[in-house]
Amino acid sequence: MSSKGRFGVHGGQYIPETLMNAVIELEAAYEHYKKDPEFQAELTQLLNDYAGRPSRLYYAERMTKDLGGAKIYLKREDLNHTGAHKINNVLGQALLAKKMGKTRLIAETGAGQHGVATATAAALLDMECVVYMGEEDTIRQALNVYRMRLLGATVIPVKSGTGTLKDAVSEAFREWTNRMDDTHYCLGSVMGPHPFPTIVRDFQAVISKEIKEQMLEKEGRLPDAVLACVGGGSNAIGTFYNFIEDKDVRLIGCEAAGRGVNTAETAATIATGRLGIFHGMKSYFCQDEYGQIAPVYSISAGLDYPGIGPEHAHLYDIGRAEYVPVTDEEAVEAFEYLARTEGIIPAIESAHAVAYARKLAPTMSREQIIVITISGRGDKDCAAIARYRGEDIHE
Amino acid sequence: MSNVKKAFENGKAFIPFITCGDPSLEVTEQLVYAAEEAGADLIELGIPFSDPTAEGVVIQAANIRALSGGVTTDKIFDMVRKIRKNTQIPLVFMTYANVVYSYGTDRFLQTAAEIGMDGLILPDVPFEEKAEFDEPCKKYGLDLISLIAPTSHERISMIAKEANGFVYCVSSLGVTGVRKEITTDIGAMVKLVKEAKDIPCAIGFGISTPDQAAKMAAVSDGAIVGSAIVKLCGQYGEECVPYVKEYIKSMKDAIRTI
Repeated sequence: MSSKGRFGVHGGQYIPETLMNAVIELEAAYEHYKKDPEFQAELTQLLNDYAGRPSRLYYAERMTKDLGGAKIYLKREDLNHTGAHKINNVLGQALLAKKMGKTRLIAETGAGQHGVATATAAALLDMECVVYMGEEDTIRQALNVYRMRLLGATVIPVKSGTGTLKDAVSEAFREWTNRMDDTHYCLGSVMGPHPFPTIVRDFQAVISKEIKEQMLEKEGRLPDAVLACVGGGSNAIGTFYNFIEDKDVRLIGCEAAGRGVNTAETAATIATGRLGIFHGMKSYFCQDEYGQIAPVYSISAGLDYPGIGPEHAHLYDIGRAEYVPVTDEEAVEAFEYLARTEGIIPAIESAHAVAYARKLAPTMSREQIIVITISGRGDKDCAAIARYRGEDIHE
Repeated sequence: MSNVKKAFENGKAFIPFITCGDPSLEVTEQLVYAAEEAGADLIELGIPFSDPTAEGVVIQAANIRALSGGVTTDKIFDMVRKIRKNTQIPLVFMTYANVVYSYGTDRFLQTAAEIGMDGLILPDVPFEEKAEFDEPCKKYGLDLISLIAPTSHERISMIAKEANGFVYCVSSLGVTGVRKEITTDIGAMVKLVKEAKDIPCAIGFGISTPDQAAKMAAVSDGAIVGSAIVKLCGQYGEECVPYVKEYIKSMKDAIRTI
């Protein structure tokens, strides 16, 4: 029997034997339901009527004029129910879990958006929900902790390691090893063991499917570049996926460089990581010479992760996608810029993509087009950004 | 016969796990000698990993203590070189895939064999992913130990057929750590292994008392204990050696004659 779920050399299923039958069962169920018209119809209805899809593709005219280069469109995933792209994946996985007879969802969360989305789906589908969140992140994202509790979920602060997203993932895996019969691990990004990177990508691919249709309708052509922020990489793979075959469309992932790729306080995996095996997958990871996982840092809790999904690692290897580092400072400036220029407050994660667009657009011609996925809205970040700017506000 | 299999020649085997470098590599070395004197048949040397996803809180904390103390893979290799001047007790490394992969799988395994290690346990490498580690292990004469779990069911036979050294039977769901009760039908798991291959089976996860060890050894070929020992190392620090020795003796005595 050979390894499954490979993207080039990346991917695979590096997990304890205890979990193997659970992922095999999940793969079989997914293969069945993805071809089931009834399941797909049910999911589409939820995405449209409940989550508010399709999300808007908005021409950012003021930003375009201000930067004086490429025409800029924003893919407004921030307008989805629960305020981020995370709901696309969660509705898919929660519905799948329900069909599999599971009654309980567990999830990790960084910024809290995936946790909120999972808690939301659990409430909607009458399932129990437990969310693991790094203790550090429960402080950075206190509002989202309250939202999850309001939705009926139990939030467990994870104290181990750096108390951030990677530790939340580790703890969710540990809990899943303990309880699989009634529990589905609703993983929030295109990472982990097969089949998660494929399942999450398929559920997020709706983003690029819509961008393509909307762009053809508005401009009669494809964009020259699509940009998205990358932590594990779910909104980015969603933004890229349907353009992978369109070789003239540049795919640009924006990594969190934290205080800079030349410092230890960074989470830019492609810029500073190397090949490794962690959290169920082979991919690139920030690590020391002995393979100890680095305690990464970013102002953005959602991008504060030492690895990247295996399909991104592969797209990087074959030169199909580019990955660029964006610092905290650049992201915060972009957060403020988009608020003032377009009246849109993006998530600090998404602001990393906006920041790179500010550099890229002026280098392109006015006939060219770029699309930035605004993966989530920034309400959750306002207090932290105020603190970053030296203002202590109370939510 | 591999050195690992020799561990099962003195009645039921007792297999302690030690986190290397907790509290220091000097103490780890002394623990190996003490464990052998107390009757241990094979020793698992844990190479600490920053994010051990199959471990409970006790071993997680030991990994952090060891890494904070500056332990590295190379320093552990040096410790094993010293140990091998004094004892031939079967030794296997237990660590995570990235520790081996990041060092260079071939380079790691070649060094491990050269310094006298006998095998390797990687809890995050299941049957489907084992080839990239198992092939170089075979090249250098190391046993890559296979694990089976209470959820393995029909996978047991497939895993056992290709197993080397011994089969590590995970007693319970969840991660490592002390448990009051073990409810899995271990006897049935062991039977499935033996139907597929004549290979020793040792049971681990959750065992801490001589009574539990005796029950587990009665239906298998040995008992593996980690967290209970690591807890003593955490509790007594530099002074832990006599406590661990006494504990191992009580455990081996409980299973010796079963």
